[in-house]
Amino acid sequence: MINAEKIKKDFPIFKRKINNKELIYLDSAATTQRPEIVINKLKEFYEKHNSNIHRGMYSLSEEATSLYEKTRERVAEFINAGKEEIIFTKNCTESINYAVFGYFSKILKKDDILLLTEMEHNSNVVPWKLLSKRIGFKIGYLTIDDSKIDLRELDEILKKRRVKVLAITHASNVLGAINPIREISRICRKYNTKLFVDGAQAVPHFKIDVNDLGCDFYAFSGHKMLGPLGVGVLYVKKELLKSLTPFISGGGTVLEVTKENLKFKEDHERFEGGTPSVADVVAFSSAIDYLNKLGMNNIKKHEEELTRYALDKLNKINDIEIYNNHLKDRVGVIAFNLKNIHAHDVASILDEEGICVRASHHCSMILHKKLGINASVRASFYVYNTKKDIDKLIKGLLKVQKVFGK
Amino acid sequence: MNIYRQNILEHYKNPDNLGNLTNFNLKCQAHNPSCGDELEIKLKIENKKIKDAKFTAKGCAISIASADILLDNIKNKNLDEVKKIDEKKLLSLLGTKLTPSRLNCALLSLQALKQIK
Repeated sequence: MINAEKIKKDFPIFKRKINNKELIYLDSAATTQRPEIVINKLKEFYEKHNSNIHRGMYSLSEEATSLYEKTRERVAEFINAGKEEIIFTKNCTESINYAVFGYFSKILKKDDILLLTEMEHNSNVVPWKLLSKRIGFKIGYLTIDDSKIDLRELDEILKKRRVKVLAITHASNVLGAINPIREISRICRKYNTKLFVDGAQAVPHFKIDVNDLGCDFYAFSGHKMLGPLGVGVLYVKKELLKSLTPFISGGGTVLEVTKENLKFKEDHERFEGGTPSVADVVAFSSAIDYLNKLGMNNIKKHEEELTRYALDKLNKINDIEIYNNHLKDRVGVIAFNLKNIHAHDVASILDEEGICVRASHHCSMILHKKLGINASVRASFYVYNTKKDIDKLIKGLLKVQKVFGK
Repeated sequence: MNIYRQNILEHYKNPDNLGNLTNFNLKCQAHNPSCGDELEIKLKIENKKIKDAKFTAKGCAISIASADILLDNIKNKNLDEVKKIDEKKLLSLLGTKLTPSRLNCALLSLQALKQIK
């Protein structure tokens, strides 16, 4: 089991105060905090191994290269992929852009259909829309009802229309709802539809096995799972690597460049042009070690316990609207509004109490429109959050209602 | 730091200038797409003087209080004078210290008013 009180001590940031109050961090869906071992690893890299990777014919560079490539192996193991199937990017958004412009730009044609859902983050909408403007394919949206997509509706659509690609989030960054990717993948295979999965809100919270899921692409961010800012991952199924264009090309990606010719490297290096964020990637492996030590199943249970506790307490507040009340198939994300009080005002007053929550549309504008609201308050939990944090949130919300009591 | 000082809450809870103006002859709007806040100001102008002003809004306490305070301060003033109101002036009228993320909320009403040429 997870002892969050003890875990909190591994994160130096919790020593600081916000507005003279203890820091209660409930915005891990945006970015998590980092444990000391990750911060130390960054420092250690700069102090002991700093050099550019690949092609340095000296020990220091070989060390840095080895640390960088070892992280690729750790990431691959973590999601049960092959190491050649892992491409490092800057963040999940860049991973999505990589797949959209490096692969799907070649297979989507004018008369094709791409399917998204109403619960996508803007990052899994905007690049597709941009590509659609260029190519002219149509974009459809799977509807959300009671925080769920309907698998029968998906089957019906794929049966009737030739949908070339489905791009879907594994877990909603607003509703917390987990989509059944395995079942979705089975339906996609039946109709020969390519499946792209945005895993930004899933990989940090429960065990992912891309082989078992059966998707073609899977994207996520390191900074949402205790890693440093500046590392994203794109998993690409082995069979598709040959058809993937090096979207970020340049130094390090080629075997030979002449005035007449261009020949890319054969291995994964062809996909990562330019000097990567080496120290961040190296330190990301410490974040994975930390998560493995805690155990992904324990993390899942801990979050479920916190979510159950929080929903129970939140539902007891008068005049509150919660946008997903289900406990099953969800990560530790809760979006809500206090009636007649704007989300901004809620967040500002909570901030005075040292509590960090997000207040906006959380980059999910299509979903907010569907919910009929402009903004919501979002609290999201991770390994270091305790029931005491939730008690403070509840107390803070009651204070908000008192301030705005008419 | 408490940004919800008494005067802000007063203006938010009981905004004198909230509502519709039927005999207006000029209106202006502003929208903050990042949070969905919307604001519309209607003005009745006679001889280059603002005779009456009302606003309607969908927004937070800061944006509503700010609009109410701004409208209090433009009534019976010449248009030229009103056009001189800048961010600094509005923030001093609000009299509260805002965090950077809340500045846009406070300035939405001024942004609308600046549409008037």
